[in-house]
Amino acid sequence: MPQILVQELSKSYLVSEREAGTWGAAKGLLRRRRRVIEALKGISFSLERGELLGFIGPNGAGKSTTIKILSGILRPSSGRCEIRGLVPWRDRIRHVAGIGVVFGQRSQLWWDLPVIEGFELLRDIYRVEDADYRKSLDAMVSLMRLERILDQPVRQLSLGQRMRCEIAAAMLHRPAILFLDEPTIGLDAPSKLAVREFVASLNRDAGVTVILTTHDMHDIEALAQRVIVIGNGVILADTSFERLRAEVLTERRLFIDFAGEAPALEIPNVRVRGREGNSIELAFDPRQVPAPELIGRLTAKYDLLDFHLEQPRIEEVIAHFYNLHGATEA
Amino acid sequence: MMRIRPYLTVFRMRFALMLQYRAAALAGFGTQCWWGFIKVMVFAAFFRSSIAHQPMSLAQSITYVWLGQAFLALLPWTADPDIAEMVRTGNVAYDRLRPLDTYFFWYARAMAWMAARALPRCAMMFAFACLVVPLLGMGAWRLRMPSSLESAALFAAAMAAEVLLSSALVMIVNLGCVVTLSDRGATTLMVPFVLVLSGSIVPLPFFPNWMQPFLFFQPFAGLVDIPYRIYFGGLTGWIAIAGLAQMLAWTIVLVLGGHRTMSAAMNRLQVQGS
Repeated sequence: MPQILVQELSKSYLVSEREAGTWGAAKGLLRRRRRVIEALKGISFSLERGELLGFIGPNGAGKSTTIKILSGILRPSSGRCEIRGLVPWRDRIRHVAGIGVVFGQRSQLWWDLPVIEGFELLRDIYRVEDADYRKSLDAMVSLMRLERILDQPVRQLSLGQRMRCEIAAAMLHRPAILFLDEPTIGLDAPSKLAVREFVASLNRDAGVTVILTTHDMHDIEALAQRVIVIGNGVILADTSFERLRAEVLTERRLFIDFAGEAPALEIPNVRVRGREGNSIELAFDPRQVPAPELIGRLTAKYDLLDFHLEQPRIEEVIAHFYNLHGATEA
Repeated sequence: MMRIRPYLTVFRMRFALMLQYRAAALAGFGTQCWWGFIKVMVFAAFFRSSIAHQPMSLAQSITYVWLGQAFLALLPWTADPDIAEMVRTGNVAYDRLRPLDTYFFWYARAMAWMAARALPRCAMMFAFACLVVPLLGMGAWRLRMPSSLESAALFAAAMAAEVLLSSALVMIVNLGCVVTLSDRGATTLMVPFVLVLSGSIVPLPFFPNWMQPFLFFQPFAGLVDIPYRIYFGGLTGWIAIAGLAQMLAWTIVLVLGGHRTMSAAMNRLQVQGS
């Protein structure tokens, strides 16, 4: 039995809507129009202990809804979910005692309390023994570099400092499973790196199972062995990141600087993506046109000053993938 | 002990946190002095113009007024501001992640919130109405001491029961807030009940005689009328004990009902956005 099992999970919301303007508002008084939004339309996956899963998809795809169901906050409309043998929404209290959750856009620490008191509150809420608490606290403080901010009230922390505290707070009771919903949102580069490093070490050294949602593909590239792409409430792909890239966008980009004016190029299966003065950008599929061959042909014919080869950026890969599946938000 | 530790800690932390807000306590105290004098003057004028026999003396009425001002923060007419804020922003999600019974988690917080707000305000109000008012030459308008030692002890018990009762009523407003996603509706519904039926505007003994049995046994009487009448000796012996018992009974009813409503509300919970 896998640690996390999700089968045919569906969730629909009822939303009220009304036409714009005064007339629409007046009509809304008499009759409310309601529409069912299907946030999840039957998703299934399973996760073994110690896996690190990246969960990506455009806004409104159903990522957060999935996390909220998995963490016992929401009830699904239908489907099955078992985590360590417990049904999250039914056995909520026992279930949540063994998981840690961070919502990047929210704060779980009390605003006016110093960080350390917020941690002590969580220690008592999770009924953590003093000795265990000491150990986790020391580990978190050194890993997340918290020594100097422990006595500050949460409201006075920068976003990066707060997020480090939030993640530490979610780990004080040593959960076996960690759900991170956009933990790097709005963070600067060093803070992002710190968060990634920390998550990686929790997963690698402590064997914590992690599910991570993010819009930052570098998080995924740096962390996730496995990626699930979700769009419009269905799973579009469940694979490794490299496989995803290979399947979606194999294209390469060749940037060339010519000695003189960039020539008009007509090569089969090679597209000119842009040109500017002496420079030109070509796009091609290496399976049709191997890169060495293309470069060979160009150097034979023209006088090249410089060239370099690139893969499309990860964001581009993903955007392309979303477009292929018509998965961008309405 | 391990089972209730979380709730005790939540109470302790919120209590300590609320005590920090000194400016709010001072401002509240100032307003309550002002309103206290106005109410006292209304009673003085009323007693001077009426020759009929009244159910309470002027001195008792004045004591009743000052007690009302001292313990105003214990009246449950709004949602717990923290809960209202969490419902609005969706941070309620985090409270559902705690391995706690959400009802008692919030109940402990409501109790701490009320008790911590009431404590400095009532200390200042007692000092003011017992000591400062006579020094200003208005001895007749002062807050008098409890009528007997027995009354004082019963009053202390009644105030403890009131914190429990009042927190259970705040939880009703909190739940209204969860269901409607705003604290306004439930607050607007609660305010007139609290003000009129507790005896906060007009002490309940001044209502018509035929209403008295009903007034004594409805849940809001425990917020003002029962404890204050115990204080000045208007309710003594078994009647005072009956008053305490009705407060506890209502607390239990409200807690059980609230607990069930909370489970139902949480099953329908939707938290949108990330």
